Amino acid sequence: MDKVLSSKRYIALFVVPAFLIFIAFAIIPLIVTGVYSFFEYDGAGEKIFIGFQNYIDLFVKDEYFIKALLNTLILAGASILIQLPISLTIALILAKGVKGEKFFRTVYFVPVVISSMVIGQLWLKVFNSQYGLLNVVIRFFGAKDFEYSWLSNESTAFLTTVVPSVWQYIGYHMLILYAGIKSISSDYYEAAQIDGANNFQVASKITMPLLAPVIKTCTVFALVGSLRAFDLVYIMTGGGPNRASEVPATLMYNNLFRRGLYGYGSAQAFFIVIECIVVSIIVNRIFKKSENNASAI
Amino acid sequence: MKAQKVNVKKGILTSILSLIALTQLFPLYWLLMFSLKDNVEISGANILGFPRVWRWEHYVRALTDSDIPRYFINSVIYSSVTVILSGLLAAMAGYGITRMKWKLKGAVFGIFVLGIMVPTHAALLPLFQVLDFLGLKGGYLGLVLPYIAFAIPMSVMILSSFYTAIPREIEEAAYIDGCGIMKTFVAIILPIVKPAIATSSIFAFLGTWNELLFANTLIDNGLYKTLTVGIMSFAGQYSTEWGLIGAGMVIATVPTIIIYFMLSNQVQQSIIAGAIKG
Repeated sequence: MDKVLSSKRYIALFVVPAFLIFIAFAIIPLIVTGVYSFFEYDGAGEKIFIGFQNYIDLFVKDEYFIKALLNTLILAGASILIQLPISLTIALILAKGVKGEKFFRTVYFVPVVISSMVIGQLWLKVFNSQYGLLNVVIRFFGAKDFEYSWLSNESTAFLTTVVPSVWQYIGYHMLILYAGIKSISSDYYEAAQIDGANNFQVASKITMPLLAPVIKTCTVFALVGSLRAFDLVYIMTGGGPNRASEVPATLMYNNLFRRGLYGYGSAQAFFIVIECIVVSIIVNRIFKKSENNASAI
Repeated sequence: MKAQKVNVKKGILTSILSLIALTQLFPLYWLLMFSLKDNVEISGANILGFPRVWRWEHYVRALTDSDIPRYFINSVIYSSVTVILSGLLAAMAGYGITRMKWKLKGAVFGIFVLGIMVPTHAALLPLFQVLDFLGLKGGYLGLVLPYIAFAIPMSVMILSSFYTAIPREIEEAAYIDGCGIMKTFVAIILPIVKPAIATSSIFAFLGTWNELLFANTLIDNGLYKTLTVGIMSFAGQYSTEWGLIGAGMVIATVPTIIIYFMLSNQVQQSIIAGAIKG
């Protein structure tokens, strides 16, 4: 058997097709984007090598990029501080066993499978200033002529996209966390019960430390998802009003396909790539430390 | 006394969970109602309730007097080709990486994992250019190839975690019985990882069916448009007929909901079995 399983012919047959397609249509284009980011290039004319100038311009010359970056940080913060705690709470409750556990598990995942195009349209209607559900509710509670325009106001436009982003993926993280909790051996809990630990102690001393690798995965997904956010912003606000709700990905799209700034747009694209990789490395490091600490106890 | 207290606590818990369930199901209700109302009801007269008149004619129009059926078929083509080919390729690659013996398998797996982390839109411009150069941009092949490429990493990861859990003895028994590698893979290994195939398929399907950026950028010809993009352009074109757009959105959502409910058991099982722990 070993002979077959180390046969070069079969290894090539099994692995090469997937690897080739992936390299050709994902990795090489990414590298090319990285190369473009060092050039001044408009697609038609000549490419002029300008070193890191595009990257410097992102922070020095571009009036929108830093704002866009801050927006994704707000989204990342909301994902970590609001979305994950809600998902974790629900997962803990469901994993403990409640009536209809399976029903809830299935239903909470529903928004994940709906296209962001539909989700965006729904929340556009919710935030509509005249007939939006939100303002209707506010009017119902007394503020009769309340007509605040959440979407066309610079200070709230981005937040209208944060709410659906956070809401849509609660069920996704919940399911992964739930799976993690379920995979913890019941021996630990029995031992804790024998030692007379209370619910809080069980959660903080057993569930949390053993769940750390799963929480790590969710944290990485939530952060990376926030940094590369595109769909809901593109659908709901298009980056407006007055570009107040732009994120790096919408700026990139605009620069590449509307303004033909291939070099500069590529620098924005590649910046997002680097951001995502760096963030996942950092999160892994942080959790490694805490895992080491946990095993030291 | 104590039992009563526990019951009250349970009741409160169930009500909270049910309330959350309502907010998660609300989009489906809203969408269905939206698609059956007229503009007056949608824009203020009746935003939450049942339609005063159930306007099924929106669906008749969407299905007979618009491009939605064509977009729908396009989306079915993109999604099914992506699911089948990416599933097959990833199932083979995952097996090759986890069960076969060769030096660079760690590195190859690492490159696939990287593909999950990096944002796909960073590959858009070079893909746009190369597909244009090859004359594939704007057609089925020009969109399906990137979709397959982007679906592969996640599927490889999900399937790999399942392959690793298969005991060696099962393969050994098959080889002793004289099965070749192909027969072992198809007849013995694949059936064992069926839940993982269901999970990776549903992720590949959702990723393709709901995809926006690539479909919007790489396809400019109405003939090859996807349903998601088609309806988005609809919203611009017929912005005065919300009911019709709503019908389109329902038509775009129904397949994802059906497939999710069909496969949700297997998907949940395989996530719980540790498929996506990373």
